[in-house]
Amino acid sequence: MARQLSRRKFVVYSLAATTLTIAAPLGCDTPSAQGAEETADGAARPSDVLVTGTDEERLVLEVTRANKVVVRLPRAEVGQGVTTAVAMMIAEELDARLVDVDIPLADARTKGNQFTGGSNSVSSLYGPARQLAAVARARLVTAAARRWNLPARTLRTRDTMVVAPDGRTATFGSLTARAARIRRTDVPGKPKPASRHRVIGRPTTRIDARDIVTGKAKFAGDLTAAGARPTVVARPPTIGGKAVTVDDREARAMPGVRAIVKIAGGVAVVADSFHHAFKARDALKITWAPGPLARLSDAAIRSRLRTAVPRLGTPPSGSAQVEAEFAFAFVSHAPMEVLTAVADVRADRAEIWFSSQTPMEARSTIAAAVGLRESKVRVHVVRGGGSFGRRLNYDAAIEAALISKKAKQPVKLMWSRADDIRHGRMRPASHHRIRASHARGRVVAFAHATASVSESFEGASAQGAAAVRAAGPLPSDSGLYNFGRLSGDSGSVELAMPLGAWRSVDSGTMRTAEEIVVDEVAAKLGKDPVAFRRTTLRSREVKAVLDKVASAGHWGRTLPDGHGQGVAVHEEYGSCVACLVEIDASDPKNPRVTKVVMAADVGTAVNPRGLEAQLMGTAVDGISTVLRAGLHIDRGAVREKSFADFEWARQRHAPLHFEAHIMPSRGEPGGAGELGVPAAAGAVANAYARATGTKPRRFPINF
Amino acid sequence: MPSHSFVLNGKPVTVEAPADMPLLWVLRDLLNVTGPKYGCGVGVCRACTSHLDGAEIQPCIVPVADCADRKVTTIEGLADGDTLHPVQQAWLDCDVAQCGFCQPGQIMAAAALLERTTEPTDADIDRIENVCRCGTYSRIREAIKKASAKG
Repeated sequence: MARQLSRRKFVVYSLAATTLTIAAPLGCDTPSAQGAEETADGAARPSDVLVTGTDEERLVLEVTRANKVVVRLPRAEVGQGVTTAVAMMIAEELDARLVDVDIPLADARTKGNQFTGGSNSVSSLYGPARQLAAVARARLVTAAARRWNLPARTLRTRDTMVVAPDGRTATFGSLTARAARIRRTDVPGKPKPASRHRVIGRPTTRIDARDIVTGKAKFAGDLTAAGARPTVVARPPTIGGKAVTVDDREARAMPGVRAIVKIAGGVAVVADSFHHAFKARDALKITWAPGPLARLSDAAIRSRLRTAVPRLGTPPSGSAQVEAEFAFAFVSHAPMEVLTAVADVRADRAEIWFSSQTPMEARSTIAAAVGLRESKVRVHVVRGGGSFGRRLNYDAAIEAALISKKAKQPVKLMWSRADDIRHGRMRPASHHRIRASHARGRVVAFAHATASVSESFEGASAQGAAAVRAAGPLPSDSGLYNFGRLSGDSGSVELAMPLGAWRSVDSGTMRTAEEIVVDEVAAKLGKDPVAFRRTTLRSREVKAVLDKVASAGHWGRTLPDGHGQGVAVHEEYGSCVACLVEIDASDPKNPRVTKVVMAADVGTAVNPRGLEAQLMGTAVDGISTVLRAGLHIDRGAVREKSFADFEWARQRHAPLHFEAHIMPSRGEPGGAGELGVPAAAGAVANAYARATGTKPRRFPINF
Repeated sequence: MPSHSFVLNGKPVTVEAPADMPLLWVLRDLLNVTGPKYGCGVGVCRACTSHLDGAEIQPCIVPVADCADRKVTTIEGLADGDTLHPVQQAWLDCDVAQCGFCQPGQIMAAAALLERTTEPTDADIDRIENVCRCGTYSRIREAIKKASAKG
């Protein structure tokens, strides 16, 4: 927490070009100087290392003659606002107008860090993006100084132009050719101190907001690329079911049908419109073999998970125990934009358009799947209509590529909503056993053992790779609280079902369960949940966000019967958050969260308005997953089929009042996109418990 | 194939399409009007919400034949040239959108609501069924109130 701004150093390269084009390397998330001159150490010496050609591994900034600043971003924009945050960093250091900064998404590269996940985008780009723009500014100022024969230090920059003391101005665009030839600048190419930030830290509207509200923003399904034809797939009733016989005579004879091909997941129909494709899909006569889970339903899965939870060790002698078990159902990611991919696969090359958080991996997997060399496959990253982790995987893109190859034409594959919910990836179901041992009014040991479903496939051996659970410290190991001896362990149940990381990953269940237990321990010890946390939390920053929500949210105020407040905190990604929820559970089957107050310390908040949006989103995640949204597994199939039965929160379930408090900080930016989920979920559960006098154990509660 | 004529965003159009073809796919696949989004195809998520003769519809469940000689307005036709509709402007002012996929539908639903009720209550706003998976509901509520205050 509260890491101070380190003196990270970044190398900046010039690219040989006729416009000012410079590049900064992108490390995994800790860029460091290597092998070339440094520029962030106070020396006024932008590198004169020349790099030609490729922008692999780098963040590249170009100033065009049309006075646009273009930075091709190796990240996905799925609504989290990364393009706006990066545009703000660039605008800040260049003194460019935000509207003059364009942040297109980079095609898949072959090297470098093009991974969008782990809430690391802003923290990994904060150094390189600002350094890049600061060096560009120094070049542009130097170019203007030489044009005007004025000392560079007398020149200022604003609104995408250089301004002379006598009022003359030159746009960056008019200076870019000259700036491209400058190797040694007359002013330092050094990012501003935070005290001079005018863009970073200012609440800013998304740079694509106008495109969105006018319907101009393009998603994969909106593209006309390659003249690709609408394509859908007939899928089995059960997860992993297989087509045994296919009678496509009637479907083939239908108007507008261009191709019908069998693929691993079912039978694909390529047609002139999605209407024609769906009609023909429904006319297919297919007999299906049931999938490998056909005998399995929720009760059996829950029971197997419960058995797979490792035993907790022996509690400290002389301690009393607060114990609880929790079960979380499977949850669909259900981004509003269903999985969609345009694929044009030819004999010697392929081109794919889709929204991807992992385009490099997608590219090599697709190349292997269609039998092409990687260099022959281009992957264009398109804006995504939500993700929540779903676009880490690229199932639809592989499928689209295989269909295109087999049907010998470009296809625009769309999974229907039912396809996505019934055959798409899910947050794994999990079971938790937690024990807090207390003695003399204090928690002396805290143990949390868990088991979750992990993905395995038919034919994989029991020891197969799919059975290996990612190693890593369990969230409770971070020691958020002074709870004495901490221990954790995990087990798994391997099932052949599609799973995926869901916003906040394991913390979304583990930390939620722990925050419920913290409340129950407080109650057992006769303490108020906020007061108890305040005395047991280790970190000053976490206590500060807790205090903030407690005061802003009027913790402890009198509420009518059936209403209740709940709080929870979470710390991860170098950030921390607290959430206070008020719920009206006077009808326990139909509770309404009426108010949510959150406070977050994420270090420097590049765009407070974007951060507030992320927190707002995680509040709705907490409300939905705790109260009503989950998937049932019924004889090997997902029972839910659309938003009619996958009960994600609607307006009538969202808080009537939401506020987010952002703690002032000049620390380095931490992660924020996933941060709020466990705190929101924990606070909703705790509020429900206090309002109803129950102890929630299974989520979603009304399922 | 039957042909269907209607007014789309102020301009007359004629399309040849099966009578039962949902308006959504006529708009998206035949006319390349992609503002209305597919989110479920069964009228539940409402990402495609548009207007038929000024009233809210879900084009994914409205056959094109039902639109004959009527006025269809999609998100693309809501603004008056470069001047945004007050609901669109409020959406900008409140920075409602996250991923933006559901927002054309949300805006069209809000605009239809304000046509029916100039000053919607919280209960009126609660009746909007459009799903926003990013969870922008609080800003949607704020934006609707802002647009209604503008009158």
